[in-house]
Amino acid sequence: MDLVKLQRQLVDYRASLYHECVLDEQFTQLQQLQDENNPDFVVEVVSLFFEDSERLLNELTKALEQQSIDFKRVDAHVHQLKGSSSSIGAQRVQKSCIAFRNYCEEQNVEGCLACLQQVRIEYSLVKTKLEYMFQLEQQILSSGGSIPI
Amino acid sequence: MEVAGEVLQSGSSQELHVLAVDDSYVDRKVIEKLLKISSCKVTAVESGARALQFLGLDGGKGSLGFNGLKVNLIMTDYSMPGMTGYELLKKIKRSSTFREIPVVIMSSENILTRIDSCLEEGAEEFLVKPVKLSDVKRLTKDCVTRGETEGKDGGRVDKRKLEDDNHTSSSSSIPSSPSTTTSFGCGLATSELPLSPMHSSKRAKLRDRD
Repeated sequence: MDLVKLQRQLVDYRASLYHECVLDEQFTQLQQLQDENNPDFVVEVVSLFFEDSERLLNELTKALEQQSIDFKRVDAHVHQLKGSSSSIGAQRVQKSCIAFRNYCEEQNVEGCLACLQQVRIEYSLVKTKLEYMFQLEQQILSSGGSIPI
Repeated sequence: MEVAGEVLQSGSSQELHVLAVDDSYVDRKVIEKLLKISSCKVTAVESGARALQFLGLDGGKGSLGFNGLKVNLIMTDYSMPGMTGYELLKKIKRSSTFREIPVVIMSSENILTRIDSCLEEGAEEFLVKPVKLSDVKRLTKDCVTRGETEGKDGGRVDKRKLEDDNHTSSSSSIPSSPSTTTSFGCGLATSELPLSPMHSSKRAKLRDRD
């Protein structure tokens, strides 16, 4: 594996994520917090985000399946997801949550279901992309290289 | 209470001990990192109830936390299930033991009435999430400055002196309202300035997050 090629691939890939608004400035902030003492910080936080999000998505699905939907509860879950996605810079997930909350306020079931679908799509997207990015980083590190800034 | 204060003020550059309260795992991890980078000791808990328990406000061990360290700063999320950050703030400010501890509220929602209520209840500052390293560094630096001032004066602080100290040390043009004297602090700040969304005063750190 050509190290320089890998590094270039990573830089370009990262740039595309920002360009497509999958990630925003907050993700950069997180990367800047990582250091030699805590070289897996970003991966750890992102993993927490994945766990948390999956739990919330399941809760949301269940809550919206109820006969009598508790919109306050649905909203609380969406609020949490919005918060954690904002904290790691997953901008598209965060934005889809904003729309979701509006439908919760209106108590619009159809709207909520459509939003849940959209949030799932955005979440899968950021998960796939971040996992691929981490994979590239690992390949670079295993080849003895360093991660370009 | 005096004993707890002396534990930290006896040495020269003591690490601040910050109690972080947030129901989100992700946010707890991030705030913990931000605080560690800013050279603070951190205790992160997931709820207001746990925070009170840690402080011993629920009838526990008095003003020393479970690990025996005095808490110098509390940073709490606003929206939490059970007890909100606002409710936690009130409980702390109504406690004779803990009301001197500065409390910072963090929220993803930039709502003026919310900010106002928090500041009126004695919050040191209101930060809009996601919290940045620069926010944490500034906050903790101000805390250290305040702590050193208190230490020199043996716990009794002349409010004017504190304002002058903070005025020269902080980059803000507005003197910070000391949280050690709650009867002065926020009342003074509120009457000084009109609050508007674009106004970036120290007492309400709003960020445009549209």
